[in-house]
Amino acid sequence: MKTNDSMFDRATPYLFALLFLIGLVAPFAVYPTFLMKILCFGLFACAFNLLLGFAGLLSFGHAAFLGTAGYVCGMLVRDVGLTPEFGLIGGTVAAGVLGWVFGVVAIRRTGIYFAMITLALAQMVYFVVLQVRATGGEDGFQGVPRGNLFGVIDLSDNIAMYYLVLFVFCLGFFVIYRTVHSPFGQILKAIRENEPRAISLGYDVDRFKLMAFVISASLAGLAGATKTLVFQLASLTDVHWHTSGEVVLMTLLGGLGTILGPLVGAATVVSLQSELADSVGSWVTVIMGGIFVVCVMLFRRGIVGELQALIQRAGIR
Amino acid sequence: MEIFGVPSALLGSQLLVGLINGSFYAILSLGLAIIFGLLNIINFAHGAQYMMGAFVAWIALTKFGVNYWVALLLAPIVIGALGVLLERTMLCKLYKLDHLYGLLLTFGLALIFEGVFRDQYGISGQSYPVPALLEGGVNLGFMYLPIYRGWIVVAALTVCFGTWFMIEKTKLGAYLRAGTENPQMVQALGINVPLLITFTYGYGVALAAFAGVLAAPVYQVNPLMGSNLIIVVFAVVVIGGMGSIMGAIVTGLGLGLIEGLTRVFYPEGSAVVVFIIMVIVLLVRPAGLFGKS
Repeated sequence: MKTNDSMFDRATPYLFALLFLIGLVAPFAVYPTFLMKILCFGLFACAFNLLLGFAGLLSFGHAAFLGTAGYVCGMLVRDVGLTPEFGLIGGTVAAGVLGWVFGVVAIRRTGIYFAMITLALAQMVYFVVLQVRATGGEDGFQGVPRGNLFGVIDLSDNIAMYYLVLFVFCLGFFVIYRTVHSPFGQILKAIRENEPRAISLGYDVDRFKLMAFVISASLAGLAGATKTLVFQLASLTDVHWHTSGEVVLMTLLGGLGTILGPLVGAATVVSLQSELADSVGSWVTVIMGGIFVVCVMLFRRGIVGELQALIQRAGIR
Repeated sequence: MEIFGVPSALLGSQLLVGLINGSFYAILSLGLAIIFGLLNIINFAHGAQYMMGAFVAWIALTKFGVNYWVALLLAPIVIGALGVLLERTMLCKLYKLDHLYGLLLTFGLALIFEGVFRDQYGISGQSYPVPALLEGGVNLGFMYLPIYRGWIVVAALTVCFGTWFMIEKTKLGAYLRAGTENPQMVQALGINVPLLITFTYGYGVALAAFAGVLAAPVYQVNPLMGSNLIIVVFAVVVIGGMGSIMGAIVTGLGLGLIEGLTRVFYPEGSAVVVFIIMVIVLLVRPAGLFGKS
């Protein structure tokens, strides 16, 4: 899971600028809803990667944050009648609080147990969402209006909505980038590499893990709340463990512990799903599982990780 | 007759359902625990393998007319053999890596298995008839006991205690326990540890398939039957801690009973009670009830 950033640090600003430019013009070439889906899942995967790639904590329950924030945002906008920005904030805060609760319980164990505990907690959230009447149960939470941003900008226009989503993604991405490159991020990496050593150096490891968990959960929530606005719907799928598995796959496929990997992974998985949904139907699950197996067996660095290794080898020669 | 204001027949039948669920928790968490002990991976495909066990029995019956009793033996062998194949071709390559990769690989495998069966058989369940020998029921006075349900508990307990006996009291079990403690040392003493690992995985998977066949006549045989169960079993494993064989059995049965009681007194809570207990146990005793931290 090691990353070697030094070589890429110089090129990174240019790469980000290029990607941002592509992001600006993309909706004129590609269907905006599709792009928005990629950006939402991209942010979700980046948030997840902060935890797994940089702190070494495998959460198998991240769908709970995506979904909860989605429902909370939906309720605030549709039933309370707030403007979309408050929906986004409310969803993010709700996911952060839930993340704190999950974190307090889950960081009491490490490794495989941590994964199982987060999965079980997320399943609990799933059952609660299924049974509470306000969420619409099996039907999902439908008919969420996009509304007017700050009461002014009409988001029912897809292009306006797209630029909001792009802004949200960039904001979330910036937070993650700053976190990873801060002293806090360095300590997370230290914990990932050697936890007993970090403890012996006097760091309160549990507090750092908990903070990382809350940040990751909040950003996953931000992604979920945005997604609800885009699709005007929050559904049970968002809290289902399949979604938790999907975000693991996106991150693994794109490149664990790389800053851009999760976005690449999310774009790949979302494109594959929309391509395959028409042609192969229920085989999508099988193909997703197959990609998982291939990634773990042969391709553990992921797409971006492999690319970095390739460039590095070329650079040495 | 009423107990705590609840008719005894209702209480009895829900406790029985709880005991049956508990039997499945016990067999499955036992399999997870012995696999984890030696391989240090969590077998996420356990639920899918349980489901495939049920499907092997159903396919054997409907396509080839193979009866329940043969299936009870056949399914664990077939699925266990498949497990051995998976261990030899894939899992064995991951032992040197972070344990999380084993979890991710088996998660991918679970998705594949589930997807294939869903494509073939849809998500509506297939029913499997109760074997003739175990049809009907007996009236115990305070409740009616369907014989097959009683059989599940008896069969599950027999297999669990058989496994416990094998691990704690036989020479093979001694090797296994030694391998869990210190594989290098056991290897140095001339015992074929890789073979032992393969056997252990196959056996754990076979246990899951056995549970699947037991479940076939009471639940619908359904491609998704394993995936929801396995998450509860994960919580059971966290509660019990994977350190002790007896712990896995006792925790599984106990949680099944608690779930059954919840269904009587507060039905809405029955789906989440195991998870709530998990949270409480983690806050009070993070290593689990039987775990060593």
